[in-house]
Amino acid sequence: MKTIYILWIRQLKRYVRSKSRMIGSIAQPLLFLVSLSFGFGPIFQKAGNGNYLNFLVPGIIGMSIIFSAVFSGMEIIWDRQFGFLKETLVAPVSRFNIMLGRTLGGATMSVMQGLLVLVISLFMGFRPTSWLLFPVLLLLMLLVALLFTALGTMIASLLEDMQGFQLIVNFLIMPLFFLSGAIFPLQGLPKILSVISSLDPLAYGIDAFRGVLINISTFGMGTDIIVLSIATLLFLGLGSYFFSKIQI
Amino acid sequence: MNIIEVKNLVKKFGDFVAVDDISFDVKRGEIFAFLGPNGAGKSTTIKMLTTLLSPTSGSLLLDGNNPVLDSNKVRKSFGIVFQDPSLDDELTAWENMEFHGVLYDVPKKLRRERIEYLMKFVELWDRKNSLVKEFSGGMKRRLEIARGLLHHPKIIFLDEPTLGLDPQTRNHMWNYLKELNKNEGTTIFFTTHYMEEAEKIAQRISIIDNGKIIASGTADELKTKANALSLEDAFLSLTGKSIRQEDAGGKDNMRMRHRVWTRK
Repeated sequence: MKTIYILWIRQLKRYVRSKSRMIGSIAQPLLFLVSLSFGFGPIFQKAGNGNYLNFLVPGIIGMSIIFSAVFSGMEIIWDRQFGFLKETLVAPVSRFNIMLGRTLGGATMSVMQGLLVLVISLFMGFRPTSWLLFPVLLLLMLLVALLFTALGTMIASLLEDMQGFQLIVNFLIMPLFFLSGAIFPLQGLPKILSVISSLDPLAYGIDAFRGVLINISTFGMGTDIIVLSIATLLFLGLGSYFFSKIQI
Repeated sequence: MNIIEVKNLVKKFGDFVAVDDISFDVKRGEIFAFLGPNGAGKSTTIKMLTTLLSPTSGSLLLDGNNPVLDSNKVRKSFGIVFQDPSLDDELTAWENMEFHGVLYDVPKKLRRERIEYLMKFVELWDRKNSLVKEFSGGMKRRLEIARGLLHHPKIIFLDEPTLGLDPQTRNHMWNYLKELNKNEGTTIFFTTHYMEEAEKIAQRISIIDNGKIIASGTADELKTKANALSLEDAFLSLTGKSIRQEDAGGKDNMRMRHRVWTRK
């Protein structure tokens, strides 16, 4: 327990101390929020779908979570390059606990990131239908964050250096984000796209955020929670398996 | 009573054989030096002993446990100071120590006492709240040594611990380790390029070259064997005078090629 805690607190300390990273990770969702909501808002309204900002905010929360979660999972690559990973790998702590501590740290950070986006969006005029379900939202955010931190851990365990990083961003994170329905509704998509979207775990995460925040859900809350839980467990398992196989 | 037993150990990276069928053992409570030119296979052997790398073939036992099969048990029995940096730059010096102490389950009161003692010992106590990234190379090295001594395991591995250390700290460190060896029976396994250090401190020495152990014994036995006056001369006559840049480079190339080809 103590070891999980110290690994968790380490991730948070690193995050809080890295000002540039904090600013950078806020700037991107902010840019999406401002440009998309002002850009597409009028069209969305005319198409009879209502307020685009309300629709977009849960999606951008999901986006900031997936980005910061995958990247924090991938921090293992940095630790490997700077040598610190060795220090944790030879310690008398099971690799599963090390992975869990790190993943919880990264996930906590990503939830904070998502909350920050929520706060910013309130200033832009976003209003959730009710605050009653806020604790549920927190849990859902944690679930999504855990899922993608574990995914990042898995990827990082398989890579030796940062060279594959761009590849991961372009061929994994971007598609996961764009096909999740974060910025457009999933109804009425061509068959192939909607099949692909239904395989994207982030789609269920964002759908669940929408369910809680603006009371709109495509898949239904029950489905969302079941899919997210299974995917999170699966990736935690895969992440810790590949992490335990790391050799230096 | 052997605390480390290595039999027919082999490690290959692709076609390159880094460790080529070596066997040796280290007695409980012994101070053992593992010497060899650059790229001879010292660090690779240490990595296999410390569960970071799994061997291609051969058997390993550390305090009766197999590092591959019982890695968690093995990790409880040793401590290590690595050859290359392994500190977290974004944490303070004190936080690095505390992190280590918690990971190794040193009880809080003892941990805090030892952290203070060791950080004063390497003269970093007044910088305890500075981030490690602000430290010079020498300061980082001293902090790594202090961290490595924070818990008292059965075996301590030190991979070129004195590289880049000033004579004062070096002297301090060896005195501390000798005390630990005497009082707690800690086995000490170290590598170094300073032959006089090995001669002075080690009770037994093995020399590895090109992945093979070419000689073992006390410093005196090695000197007699090579018919040399100092351990340095014995070392040179046993391993030859050519510089081993190419071996190290060859290994890196191999690893790199291996990496390139295994990347999808």
